[in-house]
Amino acid sequence: MIVPRLALQSLLNRALTASLTVLAIAFSVMLLLGVEKVRTGARQSFADTISGTDLIVGARNGGIQLLLYSVFRIGNATNNITWKSLEDIAKHPDVAWVVPLSLGDSHHGFRVLGTTPDYFKHYKYRHGRPITFAQGEPFDDLFDAVIGADVAQALEYKAGDPIIVAHGTGSISFVEHEDKPFRVSGILEKTGTPIDRTVHVSLKAIEAIHVDWKQGIPMLGETVSAEDVRAMSLKPTAVTAALIGLKSKIATFRLQRMINEYPEEPLSAIIPGLTLQELWQLVGTAETALSVVSAMVVATALLGMVTMILTTLNERRREMAILRSVGARPATILGLLATEAGLLTLAGVILGAILLYAALAVLQPYVDRAYGLHLSINPPTYREWITLGAIVLAGFLAGLIPAARAYRQSLADGMMVRT
Amino acid sequence: MTQPSTRNEGEVAPADGTSDIVKMSDVRFRWPGPRSFSLAINDFILPARERVLLTGPSGAGKSTFLSLLCGIVAPESGHLEVLGTDTAKLSNAARDHFRAEHFGIIFQMFNLLPYGSIIDNVLLPLNFTAKRRERASQKGSIEEEALRLLASLGLETEDLHGMSTASLSVGQQQRVAAARALIGRPEIIVADEPTSSLDRDRQDAFLDLLFAEATEAGAFVIMVSHEETLGSHFDRVLRLEDIAVATRSAAA
Repeated sequence: MIVPRLALQSLLNRALTASLTVLAIAFSVMLLLGVEKVRTGARQSFADTISGTDLIVGARNGGIQLLLYSVFRIGNATNNITWKSLEDIAKHPDVAWVVPLSLGDSHHGFRVLGTTPDYFKHYKYRHGRPITFAQGEPFDDLFDAVIGADVAQALEYKAGDPIIVAHGTGSISFVEHEDKPFRVSGILEKTGTPIDRTVHVSLKAIEAIHVDWKQGIPMLGETVSAEDVRAMSLKPTAVTAALIGLKSKIATFRLQRMINEYPEEPLSAIIPGLTLQELWQLVGTAETALSVVSAMVVATALLGMVTMILTTLNERRREMAILRSVGARPATILGLLATEAGLLTLAGVILGAILLYAALAVLQPYVDRAYGLHLSINPPTYREWITLGAIVLAGFLAGLIPAARAYRQSLADGMMVRT
Repeated sequence: MTQPSTRNEGEVAPADGTSDIVKMSDVRFRWPGPRSFSLAINDFILPARERVLLTGPSGAGKSTFLSLLCGIVAPESGHLEVLGTDTAKLSNAARDHFRAEHFGIIFQMFNLLPYGSIIDNVLLPLNFTAKRRERASQKGSIEEEALRLLASLGLETEDLHGMSTASLSVGQQQRVAAARALIGRPEIIVADEPTSSLDRDRQDAFLDLLFAEATEAGAFVIMVSHEETLGSHFDRVLRLEDIAVATRSAAA
């Protein structure tokens, strides 16, 4: 076929402008695919974070907020729920297990989660995978802590190291529970979820470090030593939230209604999957906006390509006359220019995809560490193939604009070329 | 003229030296768009086996005449017969194919595509006609034929190796263009002022080589020039004013 060969030779002849055009398309494609990757990566990350939990109970405020602070360690609870309410729920015949969660302290910017050893048994992520230990074992002693993989890696902890928990959730804290140091009893395997960035201690430990505190500040002159605290009854009075597993999923809605209508205390129970859907609806608009912006960038790149081809048309009139003189039909001229556009776009799309995967490979560990967002490096999805195909098609069609012009020019020029 | 045996029946009448190459009668043509230039040819016949120089001042319609002759444009009315085929009656695509098969065209200058090798440029017409490709490959590969033509037109193979078309001198470019026009032995070579950018010595040398190769290939040469002094090289010199009436509309 003469047309693709001529198109390729013609592009090689204008290697600089052609490669700049390809680069512009490549970057736009990289952006478009990148946004898609981050979007699906974020959704997957969120969806993978919790599994096997039927209900999450917390104080009555927004369901999304409850989900965010209890599972994703994003934001803070405005209210706690009482231990008594939790005991009532646990007594319900449909309830298989209850794992309380107590949040509010931190260690070098990592959240500290007070819970029970059941947490390691019942908490599941990514389609029912259990949490496993890389080193050590669940907390046994009052001042034992189990740390996530990222905590261990970032702070270079190993089992047996002492750590000091700080009050509040900032990365720099001015109030530390330095009188009650903890010991790392276990380190969890990497999960790709917020668990990796969590320090887990027992509920009693949370109570213990706060026995000599009142309303968020240490009581002056009333410090209780770590030894004395062991002797005390450390039954918690309140927790932040609780994860609930049911004996049968059929009971989910019944129990949810029951908790929501609990008379003693305003509680709210959410179904994690449904609340996640609500969250996606909320961020969906932003996602769409982001996708539209990146699609506009692709359109801009294609427009740049059309401009590039259009500006060279005049100087290429003689080339078209030569082709006509050797027997090329005007349709061949049309095909030549559209093919050039198609080839440029194809090269841009291929380069863009390569650049994206290269960038993913380089940035993946960093994004994982910094944002807890696990971007999986997978081959393009069906949807992405469709997008890439559509871009090439759009490029080819956009090429018809200059091609149609060249077609008209070559008809009107005949053998008379005046350049 | 040697007659290729592969020709389809009815497509082209035999040009055996007695019949006419081109016959035009009552041909009317007007360029579309704002150019508003029209050409009328009442009666014109080109006998075979002649080298014809067509002269005329600038604006006389030389390029329009050639566009009609080569079938790049079709007349609005009239009879336009080339090698026995009424090209005015052919479809656009068929006329383009007819041109690819029977015409070799050399322009005034900038004859070559800026991309592709010199050989690619010579072989260009063969992409549009199987018959010329077949004829070009009778003595070997088409590349060998291209090199043979270039060599007989005075371009040695070693000089061309790895050279881009842009690095050739104007004279060299015209020889490559001549090789392109001649490859695959088309019946008619049309040259539109091919020597105007060459000095006198080079003009003569170029024409001698072109004619020698055209004679060898059995091709008829029609050349357009405003330089009547070149007439000594030709069998016949025609003035376009005697053949065609050009009108430039004031409405443009």
